[in-house]
Amino acid sequence: MKKIINSPEQVVEEMLQGAVLAHPGYLRRVEGFQVLVRANTPVEGKVALVSGGGSGHEPSHGGYVGKGMLDGAVAGAVFTSPTPDQVYEAIKVVDGGQGVLLVIKNYTGDIMNFEMAAELAEADGIKVDRVVVNDDVAVENSTWTTGRRGIAGTVFIHKIAGAKAETGAELAEVKRVAEKVVTNVRSMGMAISPCTVPAAGKPSFTLDETEVEIGMGIHGEPGTHRESLRPADETVEHLLNKITADLPFGSGDEVAVMVNGLGATPLMELYIANRKVAEMLAEKNITVAKTYVGNFMTSLEMAGFSITLLKLDEELKQLLLAPADTPALVQV
Amino acid sequence: MANCLIAAVEAIGAAIASNKEVLTSLDAAIGDADHGINMARGFQAVSGKLSTLAQTADAATVLKTVGMTLITTVGGASGPLYGTAFLRAAAAGQGKNTLSPSDVGNMLAAAIAGIKERGKAVRGEKTMLDALEPAYEAFKSAEQQGRSLVECLAAARESALDGVMFTKSIIATKGRASYLGERSLGHQDPGATSAYLIIAALEEFCRSQEQREE
Repeated sequence: MKKIINSPEQVVEEMLQGAVLAHPGYLRRVEGFQVLVRANTPVEGKVALVSGGGSGHEPSHGGYVGKGMLDGAVAGAVFTSPTPDQVYEAIKVVDGGQGVLLVIKNYTGDIMNFEMAAELAEADGIKVDRVVVNDDVAVENSTWTTGRRGIAGTVFIHKIAGAKAETGAELAEVKRVAEKVVTNVRSMGMAISPCTVPAAGKPSFTLDETEVEIGMGIHGEPGTHRESLRPADETVEHLLNKITADLPFGSGDEVAVMVNGLGATPLMELYIANRKVAEMLAEKNITVAKTYVGNFMTSLEMAGFSITLLKLDEELKQLLLAPADTPALVQV
Repeated sequence: MANCLIAAVEAIGAAIASNKEVLTSLDAAIGDADHGINMARGFQAVSGKLSTLAQTADAATVLKTVGMTLITTVGGASGPLYGTAFLRAAAAGQGKNTLSPSDVGNMLAAAIAGIKERGKAVRGEKTMLDALEPAYEAFKSAEQQGRSLVECLAAARESALDGVMFTKSIIATKGRASYLGERSLGHQDPGATSAYLIIAALEEFCRSQEQREE
C-alpha cells in the first residue's frame, strides 16, 4: 500500500482537521466528534440537513456543508457507516428548532445507525425525518433484497433539498422535495482499477490489465459483472442505456447530468465520457439543464466513473439551479 | 461474576482479533472488506472500557457496557446488530449473579430477537442469523437434556459452524452481499462467521474455567 498518510488509524481524524483548516469560513468541527457542521450552525428557523456515511467518498459529505446544501456531515471510518452517537451529536448541534432531515444512502448499516440516532434525538424532542437514497440501477430492485445502493445521486438530494430548506420550508416540505429527487434520480458506475482501504492495506478486489467491473459500487463492492475494457463510448452507451431504460427517461424530458469520477480518473476521461453522454441524450431528444463533471462521490483511489441522470420538473430545476456555497460546490 | 464475564468477553475479543484478516477477506469477496477491521476495533474498545468496570459489577452491567461500546465504535451493520444483541442479553441477565445454562439460553434468545428486530432479517438470508439460530436451537436442546454449560455451548458451536457452511449454499437477500445476487453463492457469510467465532470462544473459555475448577 502506498498512500500519503501518517497511520491508517488516523486518516479520518487528520482529514477532518485538514478540512476545517482549509475551509474555516465554511466548516467547524464538533469537538470530540467526527462531525463537520456549518461555521454558523445552527441556522435559526431553517430545517437542517444532515448526511454522512463512511469516509473515503470525499468531497462527500463534508464538502457539501454550507449554504444551500448540508448543515452537518458525519464521517464514519473508511467505508463504514458512522455510529449512532456521532449522528445524534450532529443532529443536536445543527437543529435550529425546525427539525432535521437525515439523508441516508441505502446500506443496511447506514440505515440502522441513522435510525438509532433519530430515535435518540426524538427522545430529546427534536423533530427528525429521513430520506433514503437508492439510485444505483446496477443492482436489481426487488422486495426480497436490501434494495438498491445509494451512490452519486445523493449529491443531487443534498443540493435540491438543501435549496428547499434555505427557502424556509417546513420539514415535511423539504422531505417531499428530497423524495421527489430520489424517485427521479438514477445512476450507474464502473471501475477499471481497485481501491485500498487504509486499515486493510491491500486492494479489496483485483482486476486484470484489461478487465473492468461494470456496476461497481462506491465501496469496492462488486458490481453486476466483469468484462474486457471497451472504448469509452461503448462503456457510456452501456451505462446510460441501463439508466435511461430504468426510470424511464424519454423524449421531451429535461435532466441534470452528473459524470462523477471515482477518485483516480483524470478529468480528461470524465469529459470524454460526458461528450458521449451529451450526444446520446441529444439523440434521445432529452434536454440537459445542467451538467456536473468532476469528483463528487469518490471511492478512495478507485479509477472509474459513474453517470447520474435526474429527471427535472420546474420545481426541481429551480432548486437545482439555486445558489450554493460549500467547499466542494459553489453555484451562483 | 464480573471477573469471569469480563474474561469471557476478553476471550471473544482475542478470537476476533486473531481472525481479523479472515473476516475482512470473507467480507471483501461479497461485501466491503471491513468486517474484521470493524469488529477488532470494537472489541479493542470494549477491552478498554471493561478494565474500568468495578469488580463487583453484575452480568447486566458488563454486557450493557459491551453493547454500548460496540454500538459507538464498530459502525457499519455489525455495530448496531452486535451492540443490540449484547444490550438485550444484558436485559435478560438483569440481576443475575450466577448464570445457569438456562439463563445463558435465555440471554442468547434475547440477543437473537434483538438482532432480528434491528436488522429486519430472518434465517436463510445469509446473515449472522444463519449461525445464531441453529446454535440457539442446539443449545436449548442440550440444556433441556440437562447438559452442562460447556456441553450446551459445544452443541451450539457445532450447529453454528454448520450454519456458517450453509451460508455458502444460499444467495444473500439481506446486507451488502444481497447486491450481488447469485454472485454471492459459494461464499461464506462474514457475519455468520463472526457469530460462530464468538460462540466458539465462549465454549473454549468456559471449558478452560471448568478445567481450572476441577
